[in-house]
Amino acid sequence: MKTLAELSAIRERMKNKVALREGESNYRIVVGMATCGIAAGARPVMNALLEEITAKGLEGQVHVSQTGCIGLCQYEPIFEVFHGDEKTTYVKMTPEKAKEVIEAHILNGKVLTDYTIGEL
Amino acid sequence: MIRSHVLICGGTGCSASGSVNIRTSLENEIANAGLTQEIKVVQTGCFGLCELGPIMIVYPEGTFYSRVTVEDVPEIVSEHLLKGRVVRRLVYNETLQEGTDEVKSLSETSFYKKQKRIALRNCGVIDPENIEEYIGVDGYQALGKVLTEMTPDQVIQTVLDSGLRGRGGGGFPTGLKWKFASGNRGNVQKYVCCNADEGDPGAFMDRSILEGDPHTVLEAMAIAGYAIGANEGYIYVRAEYPIAIHRLEVAIKQAHEYGLLGDNIFGTGFNFDIKLRLGAGAFVCGEETALMTSIEGNRGEPRPRPPFPAVKGLFGKPTILNNVETYANITQIILNGPQWFASMGTEKSKGTKVFALGGKIKHTGLVEVPMGTTLREVVEEIGGGIPNGKKFKAAQTGGPSGGCIPASLIDTPIDYDNLVAIGSMMGSGGLIVMDEDTCMVDIARFFLDFTVDESCGKCTPCRIGTKRLLEILDKIIAGKGELSDLDEMEELAKYIKSASLCGLGQTAPNPVLSTLNRFRDEYIAHVVDKKCPAGVCKSLLHYEIIADKCKGCTLCARKCPVAAISGSVKEAHTIDVSKCIKCGVCISNCKFGAIVKK
Repeated sequence: MKTLAELSAIRERMKNKVALREGESNYRIVVGMATCGIAAGARPVMNALLEEITAKGLEGQVHVSQTGCIGLCQYEPIFEVFHGDEKTTYVKMTPEKAKEVIEAHILNGKVLTDYTIGEL
Repeated sequence: MIRSHVLICGGTGCSASGSVNIRTSLENEIANAGLTQEIKVVQTGCFGLCELGPIMIVYPEGTFYSRVTVEDVPEIVSEHLLKGRVVRRLVYNETLQEGTDEVKSLSETSFYKKQKRIALRNCGVIDPENIEEYIGVDGYQALGKVLTEMTPDQVIQTVLDSGLRGRGGGGFPTGLKWKFASGNRGNVQKYVCCNADEGDPGAFMDRSILEGDPHTVLEAMAIAGYAIGANEGYIYVRAEYPIAIHRLEVAIKQAHEYGLLGDNIFGTGFNFDIKLRLGAGAFVCGEETALMTSIEGNRGEPRPRPPFPAVKGLFGKPTILNNVETYANITQIILNGPQWFASMGTEKSKGTKVFALGGKIKHTGLVEVPMGTTLREVVEEIGGGIPNGKKFKAAQTGGPSGGCIPASLIDTPIDYDNLVAIGSMMGSGGLIVMDEDTCMVDIARFFLDFTVDESCGKCTPCRIGTKRLLEILDKIIAGKGELSDLDEMEELAKYIKSASLCGLGQTAPNPVLSTLNRFRDEYIAHVVDKKCPAGVCKSLLHYEIIADKCKGCTLCARKCPVAAISGSVKEAHTIDVSKCIKCGVCISNCKFGAIVKK
């Protein structure tokens, strides 16, 4: 490395990764991963979320974590999107739907009401 | 995408309590669970709460697991990492909240709340063996800034304006030190040295910085090199710090690979290289002239000053020598400006100070607080107070060169000048807390015994004077002291302080003087009443069985290793004081509280 620009490039690349440890992010997605969730296919949904976040370059802005049973086992796989004080609950998710949520909700700020719990 | 980072402390404390095996086991379990692609295990430096080690933190939740064992790892992986359920029994109880799995942030706990982490900012946050993580938290930006935007004189002025003083003990203004060595740049060979020969008993802040954030020291040394016009640096580190040495070696190698050390850094024509020198663990080598003599390959002995190192230092060339913690503040001063740094602390002591809390305190560990924080806040709030309901008696700062602060001065704001005014000193930052069971004469003897061992022997006042002082203390502890001994010690101490060659001898009598000054009544109890009020000095104690309470169970007689207790079954026993070795086995075994120490 011979220039400051190269140093800054490494910093930008690493900053998002280390930012995970500050516990602060724009969006937080929590996937229900109790037995009911896993049986209904939460794992592929989670994988799809992680892949799509990487693909869209959103690492560092979105944290993905898991939780136990949300209490609505018949609607699993479920994930909740937290943004500030807002909470949006997406139900009966599939990997394809999960990717749509990332695209529409996280990237463009548009809640996909067709998939939220309010529509059921 | 990596969705979760599991940080494991890889400092000396947690490594000793098993964090290395935990890391291996964790990596295996994560692989078995098929989570390798989404969870990253990061080994970091010290978090500070060494008492609770081995420590593990899971992000982004920020769950703080304490006292983790290898057996706990499968549960953490299958419950927390796979299913997102916090393993409550392992969570640091101060961060637990009733009825929810959400944990409180660590910064809200009493241990961290009052801390302000500057020198320790990256310890427990980044992987010290990965230079890119350091760059990700603004690493090497300060070096880039000084090389491309600032003149060497501006760098020195910035450090001067910040008010930073040496964190190794003396408290000399760092900027001034740099200024003295800055003349005739480019025409003479100069050196930048780092004192990592941390020798005070109980002090481990420099080790933790080297283990947790080695690059910050390298970067600051390069900045210092630019400021004074030096292109070579030496880090003198104790051979007893294997983890710190390993991480420094890795860091120096990586910095070379990234072109952040070596020739023509950032294409500015500035060259800087750093070499490691291992010390064999002689306390005197923490003294600047002895340290440089040792780097030169000679026996570690001090030499008279002047000439000061800024004029004639390592290999006879102008040299600056700063301590690890001092360097750890430099990059932040450059990036945030001197006013930012000067806004913290007291009038003459700016910024923060790291303390190694030890002794009779609940949260043994490493804390960093703004200068001017009171001893009470450090001991009672951050340190969690004294365990077992005992009373605070004194705090020892400054190691073998320092003194004891009695309970009556617990509200003193800690800074360089206040500590000197009350007869102690900042030192490198060891803070040993003592409760009512501590004998101050014994403490003075402990530190003096240390300096007698560590005196290099070059000058007579230190070599012989400290030995004589120790002999008087031994006499007092053995119950053979006289009142005149106290005055004699004070007189002798005065001569040792004024006539010794280096800082070791000049400060060696301080523990005796400060305890004599603050706890003279304890000395008097030892020499006049032949009693040790704290019940520590064995020669002044005897054990007795209270006949009324003794049930004659014979347990003590059977446990006594020297058969000093006699008596028949169901009759009161007695102790033969001429045989008793005062080991205390009888007291700890008696079920009726019938044995007392007087």
